[in-house]
Amino acid sequence: MLVWILFLLCQVGAPALAQDLCQRDAPNGYKVRISLKTALGEDAYEWNQSEMFFFQATMAFAMRRHFQMETYNVDNIILCVQTSRVSFWFVVTSPDNTTMLIPKADVEKAVRMSRHRINNAFLLSDRTLEFLGIYPTLAAPVNPDTPPWLIVFGVVIGAVCAGIIALLVSSLLQKRRKEKGMTEDGQDEEDMQVKGVENGINLDGTYNRGFTDDDRFTKL
Amino acid sequence: IIRLSSLPNPGLDDRIPSHQELERMEKEEAGDRPKWDNKTQYMLTCVGFCVGLGNVWRFPYLCQSHGGGAFMIPFLILLVLEGIPLLHLEFAIGQRLRSGSVGVWTAINPYLTGVGIASLLVSFLVGMYYNTIIAWVMWYFFNSFQNPLPWSQCPVNANLTDLVSECARSSPVDYFWYRDTLNTSTSIGDSGGLQWWMVLCLLCAWLLLYVCCLRGIETTGKAVYVTSTLPYVVLTIFLIRGLTLKGSLDGIKFLFTPDLNELMNPSTWLDAGAQVFYSFSLAFGGLISFSSYNSVHNNCEQDAVIISIINGFTSVYAATVIYSIIGFRATERFDDCLEGNILALLNAFSLAEGNITEGNYAESLQNLNGTFPETIQSLDLKTCDLQTFLSQGVEGTGLAFIVFTEAITKMPVSPLWSILFFIMLFCLGLSTMFGSIEGTVVPLQDLNIFPKRWPKEAITGIVCLVSFIIALIFAQSSGNYWLALFDSFAGSIPLLVIAFCEMIAVVYIYGIDRFNKDIEFMIGHKPNLFWQVTWRFVSPLIVLVIFVFYFVTKVSSNVTYIAWNPSSEDFPTLEVLEYPAWIYVIIFILAGVPSLVVPGTAMFKLIRRCCSQFHLNSVNPVNLRMENNSISGHLNLPN
Repeated sequence: MLVWILFLLCQVGAPALAQDLCQRDAPNGYKVRISLKTALGEDAYEWNQSEMFFFQATMAFAMRRHFQMETYNVDNIILCVQTSRVSFWFVVTSPDNTTMLIPKADVEKAVRMSRHRINNAFLLSDRTLEFLGIYPTLAAPVNPDTPPWLIVFGVVIGAVCAGIIALLVSSLLQKRRKEKGMTEDGQDEEDMQVKGVENGINLDGTYNRGFTDDDRFTKL
Repeated sequence: IIRLSSLPNPGLDDRIPSHQELERMEKEEAGDRPKWDNKTQYMLTCVGFCVGLGNVWRFPYLCQSHGGGAFMIPFLILLVLEGIPLLHLEFAIGQRLRSGSVGVWTAINPYLTGVGIASLLVSFLVGMYYNTIIAWVMWYFFNSFQNPLPWSQCPVNANLTDLVSECARSSPVDYFWYRDTLNTSTSIGDSGGLQWWMVLCLLCAWLLLYVCCLRGIETTGKAVYVTSTLPYVVLTIFLIRGLTLKGSLDGIKFLFTPDLNELMNPSTWLDAGAQVFYSFSLAFGGLISFSSYNSVHNNCEQDAVIISIINGFTSVYAATVIYSIIGFRATERFDDCLEGNILALLNAFSLAEGNITEGNYAESLQNLNGTFPETIQSLDLKTCDLQTFLSQGVEGTGLAFIVFTEAITKMPVSPLWSILFFIMLFCLGLSTMFGSIEGTVVPLQDLNIFPKRWPKEAITGIVCLVSFIIALIFAQSSGNYWLALFDSFAGSIPLLVIAFCEMIAVVYIYGIDRFNKDIEFMIGHKPNLFWQVTWRFVSPLIVLVIFVFYFVTKVSSNVTYIAWNPSSEDFPTLEVLEYPAWIYVIIFILAGVPSLVVPGTAMFKLIRRCCSQFHLNSVNPVNLRMENNSISGHLNLPN
């Protein structure tokens, strides 16, 4: 009889005890806030008891993953203070002794380790599945060897320098061609004089070399 | 009122080519003066010179802060009374006297050379800081080739625990501009050394300018086909993109909503006048140079009107595009603000999501405030007002590098829009620089500062090199403050002085009657009454009024500047600091020297002439005898 009363008390008392362990602002508990509509919009699923069970299972998994020796179970994750916001508090009890709570720091380490898996289980992100008090580790910045802007800069400056050199060289060639062209014109004029083309009229008859302009080559 | 037709100006006919000579030069195509390949090149170059960064980031701000649509009224009135006459004057005088600024004013009267030299100095100083802005644009352009854009998120601090504090307190775009780009110091006195990445961008900007201006209008004439047309293409793309974004129409409505009371405010008219004046790039000497390469019978009157219309239209078009994007950004910010408040309320009262929406926010807030006022107080909710976000001071570099870049990060495919935007700014700036370089190099050639046989490539190269070296001050940590200083003083007062002198010189010293006859010779009909009235009285008066007000305002007010100081109290609001005493010397060099060069050169020439005449008269007898002896010596004449 006594044993039966004790058994009844345990059945009633255990959840009551659990209720005492988990309460708002529990020293070893964390508050979780979930924003389904913000994350998923129209595809948001309904948050019900099954989802809560899934959460317990996920947390148990996270604890197992962190403390590899100990076998946590769904019963070790106690939830309370649920609101329609969807927010609730949870505490983690030790698998060996259900009255003993796992300290806050250990829970935090476990959550941090499996944060990515927890988020993905619920199709949420760090922002929409919040563990109040556990800040997400920021992604390490990707540092490429060469900053991308230097590459573009190199391309542009290479093109510009090539352009400057091309234009300057073509200017120089143009000038040289002009100078060469002027001396060639001078030579043509002298040849025409020797051949006897005076005033544009070709003089017929034999050409008397005695009267050529020998002085052309004997300048003082 | 005594009708002053013109002041006595002896020897004018000897200094300028006559109409017959001009006709002859036109027919024989004599002279080694460069020519435009076709009219399109000339028009595009002038449009490019006039349409610049100011159309994109100064006009929209003025429009919005001076009563929106109502600002169009003073702007258009002053465009017609001030802009078009001055433009026509510069085109006509350049085309008639076929020379750059120094050549033109020296030909009108040797004592007016100072006006040309002042134009040269102003073009040089403005060119230096304008190209630095282009260097900044290039830096942003180089950094646009990555996704996500570097100014879209704050960098993480060394131990990966939190965002960098300076960035977290202001915003990623502010941080990227003030820290990553400028690495700005806290005051103008604190130089902070050269920033190597800025030096590289500055070098790139000056080399690019050099390659385009290498052979004068031969190269710039080709470059303007791209630099003058591309901005319009990009603006249209942005307009189409902008109109499909949420909130763009709010921005456009905000821009153009007229507030006729602003017309009573004199500063509205002053700002409109100043904007018209600076927007046309008058008094730099570049426009005179460009039109001097035209054929003598080119219709400069038509050109002036067309370019003015294009410039005005571009300002309005750019304002529409900019404000459609600003409207989008303001709406995004408003939505974020509201969302933040709603989230805070939901979290505090553990209400289900969707209980409070944008629609019933005001109502719900009132209800909750009635029942739980202390909780509401402790939440410290922000006031979200769309009008405040729309009117957040958006002009100058702040618009381009902070506000617009933020808007771009919120658009899908951000790198593409960033690249397009900065290419557009680059083209706008570069085409203005062509005019600046023209206004610097051609007067240097006219003044014979360099030997005549030096090719144009060498002179342009020297100008670019010297400008680059001096512009290294803008690559320091305090460079931003130096640039603001240059912008306020080098590019404002001297231009007004030069423009006023130009008009007086043409109308009263060259002679308005002679000028009218010249225009009749060039385009076939005399300028009508509108031009007569504006050239003689209206335009000089407007320029004088603007100059007096500017001068009085600048001199009487305490000259201050705004600085970025992470350790100031109001951070991220910029701190207002007073300039140190030695800055006033710099201000005098920037604004005073170009203005004083105008009377200074006249005095110098006067003194030189008086001195040489005096010298000649006093030693004349001795000289004559000596000259006789020397002549007889050379020619072997019998004594």
